[in-house]
Amino acid sequence: MSALDILAIRKDFPILDQQVNGFDLAYLDNAASSQKPTQVIESIAEYYRQDNANVHRGVHRLSQRATDAYEASREKVRDFVNAKSDKEIVFVRGATEAINLVAQSFVRPQLNAGDEVLISHMEHHANIVPWQMICEQAGAQLKVIPMTLKGELDLSGLDELLNDKTKILAVGHVSNALGTVNPIKEMIIKAHAKNIPVLIDGAQAVPHMAVDVQDLDCDFYVFSGHKMFAPTGIGALYAKQDLLEDMAPWQGGGDMILSVSFEHTQYNELPYKFEAGTPNIAGSIGLGAAIDYMNELGIDKLAKYEHDLLVAATAKLKAIDGIRIIGEAEDKASVLSFMIDGVHPHDVGTIFDQQGVAIRTGHHCAQPVMQFYGIPATARASFAFYNTMEEVDALVEAIKKVQELFA
Amino acid sequence: MSSADLRDLYQQVIMDHNKKPRNFRDMGDANHLAHGNNPLCGDALIIYLKLDGDVIEDVSFQGSGCAISVASASLMTEALKGKTLAEAEVLYEQVHKQMTGEEVDHSTLGKLEVLGGVKEFPARVKCATLSWHTVHAAMDSDHDISVTTE
Repeated sequence: MSALDILAIRKDFPILDQQVNGFDLAYLDNAASSQKPTQVIESIAEYYRQDNANVHRGVHRLSQRATDAYEASREKVRDFVNAKSDKEIVFVRGATEAINLVAQSFVRPQLNAGDEVLISHMEHHANIVPWQMICEQAGAQLKVIPMTLKGELDLSGLDELLNDKTKILAVGHVSNALGTVNPIKEMIIKAHAKNIPVLIDGAQAVPHMAVDVQDLDCDFYVFSGHKMFAPTGIGALYAKQDLLEDMAPWQGGGDMILSVSFEHTQYNELPYKFEAGTPNIAGSIGLGAAIDYMNELGIDKLAKYEHDLLVAATAKLKAIDGIRIIGEAEDKASVLSFMIDGVHPHDVGTIFDQQGVAIRTGHHCAQPVMQFYGIPATARASFAFYNTMEEVDALVEAIKKVQELFA
Repeated sequence: MSSADLRDLYQQVIMDHNKKPRNFRDMGDANHLAHGNNPLCGDALIIYLKLDGDVIEDVSFQGSGCAISVASASLMTEALKGKTLAEAEVLYEQVHKQMTGEEVDHSTLGKLEVLGGVKEFPARVKCATLSWHTVHAAMDSDHDISVTTE
């Protein structure tokens, strides 16, 4: 397979071409949010220049074009995750909203005192707090699959944790703090053997790998646009059609109804039943354009290149004295969490910023992971397909600068 | 922001106080105590005070955090020992003025001026002021209290 032309790709991302403090910007904070190619930016601008109107309700030309564009994006998302039908794709604000939707609309109505919700120790807060909230409301228990020092899930006790009280298993596809890729297909098989539905948080996965929800057989899969080169404020929930049919609506309002009277209101069909109010039309168009962009480059090529960056960066960091890598799973996406001996991650971040290197320092919305390792925070570099080996070197230089200052 | 700014921020006094924080100990006979938390970056401090009337007879701290928060706490304990609560209040205000770039009284601030560089790094101001917020809460209350910089 032919290699990616990284320099040509970087031209699609004008934001990368700037300096911070006299240093070329090295944007290595993609796990927090990704940059958008001109094609995505233009798709949004063009929509507002040519086609903007409210969707679904109007009979005039612009409304038709806006509706077509919105629904075309839905079809792109369906194809992107290989869902069976576009009735199974609900547009939401992002992964967090999607998880809240499932927690409130699907699990909560069937959650009784003494029931259990099973998550893992390495979840992002978005895949912890919504479950905590409904467990508290229902008097149910939140159970946690433990993790290992290597940064992998300890699945030795999974059979006991998946029991007849478990109402859902919710687990991340890829850990945003550690980069770990979890063996979700196997976990889904085990959960389904006991009739336990599974929600997968794919926010950190979809930028890095092809996802096939039919192959995974997950019941719910969620992700956010802004992590995959699309705008903020848009994301998607994939859910199996028969589950969505039975679920009560999430939010009430316009567009999710067929008819309204004070005596009786009839809800709309799928997926509209779950899309109340005017949607983020422009956002969905941007998401569709981002999917097109990734598909054109070839997601497998992107994944391979990112893997090469991760391997190179990991090797270079390991060669430096006083560096500790946090999260060394066998199977990782291009997320690299590390600590510099004797230096608090917050200080690392500030000094890096002065060198033009943008990383994230903190608990990464995964405080239980930090608690597990007994650390307040990590420094995290996360790569996308527009990063370069030169930027990996800039990361190494910045580490050396920190060690110099703190010697 | 520049390399000069970075040097100012992490200058010798701060690095020294981070490496060897002064008054970094438990205080068994403290009569005021407060916990301070900077959830954004994981700084967590406990400030212990022993007040004799309105004089700060002893002040110490425990906890962990970034270099700025530790150095600031260390410098603070040095500055506050032996001061009255009223004098401590003045210092508290001066430190905040320094962070927002307002005019300060150099003679009052003394060594605390080394923290002046922090104002060029807005994301780090909370690190420098954490110990001051915490001691302020300790001064005001006579039971265990928690503050957080959010």
